[in-house]
Amino acid sequence: MGYMLNGTDFEADEEGYLTDLSVWNPDLALLIAQSEDLEMNDERWEVVNFLRSYYDEYQVAPAIRVLTKALAKTMGPDKSSNEYLYTLFPYGPAKQACKIAGLPKPTGCV
Amino acid sequence: MAEPAKSPPAPPAKSTPKKFLYVNRRAPYGTIYALESLEVVLIGAAFDQHVALAFIDDGVFQLTKGQDTKSLGVKNFSPTFRALGDYGVTKFYVEKESMQERGLTLDDLQAVTYEDENDGFKEKPSIQVVSRSEMGAIMQQQDVLLNF
Repeated sequence: MGYMLNGTDFEADEEGYLTDLSVWNPDLALLIAQSEDLEMNDERWEVVNFLRSYYDEYQVAPAIRVLTKALAKTMGPDKSSNEYLYTLFPYGPAKQACKIAGLPKPTGCV
Repeated sequence: MAEPAKSPPAPPAKSTPKKFLYVNRRAPYGTIYALESLEVVLIGAAFDQHVALAFIDDGVFQLTKGQDTKSLGVKNFSPTFRALGDYGVTKFYVEKESMQERGLTLDDLQAVTYEDENDGFKEKPSIQVVSRSEMGAIMQQQDVLLNF
């Protein structure tokens, strides 16, 4: 499968993860979120932007436990609980948010 | 006749975490071993096991700083070592003799740190340079050794 945006076809794997993370842009994120039945709001952008900067620094997407720990550090404990993240991304924050952020599927079972 | 059970069965006892040592012996690129090791480390650490890494022989090159893989056409995964502190992986044993034989010193390696939860989240170095005989002793203390 792939994503069609403004006449350009963006390649993705069978689960909808972009095959080339360098082609990502915010409009594409909106489109991917749409295909996940999610509307992007400030809270979701916070997580997506965090994932992108984490990946940029470490070349790996964080596992969910690492994500909550790191979010607690940067955004405070009320925005880091599992419940909070699952409200934003019902099919799994790491999995769904990573997809929207254009990152590869995280290693490990999350 | 046996009494009917009155209380629900006890939950299964939580298994004691094991001590895993991932032994990295090969150069970072050219074979898939180093990257595969790192992937398995990330998975194992997510399961709350005690995970430590050892770097011996050409494996010491995996931690060198300033790696540039552009012309190799593969991903430079060395920054991922710095994320391992978040996964509770805080022990990187690097063998002194292997470094010496390759003309490397601690200055040639990237800094890897972790925040010590038991010490006010102070930032501490993860890399420990150990001698060959110390490495042997470390290996003896492990439950599981995985060679890559």
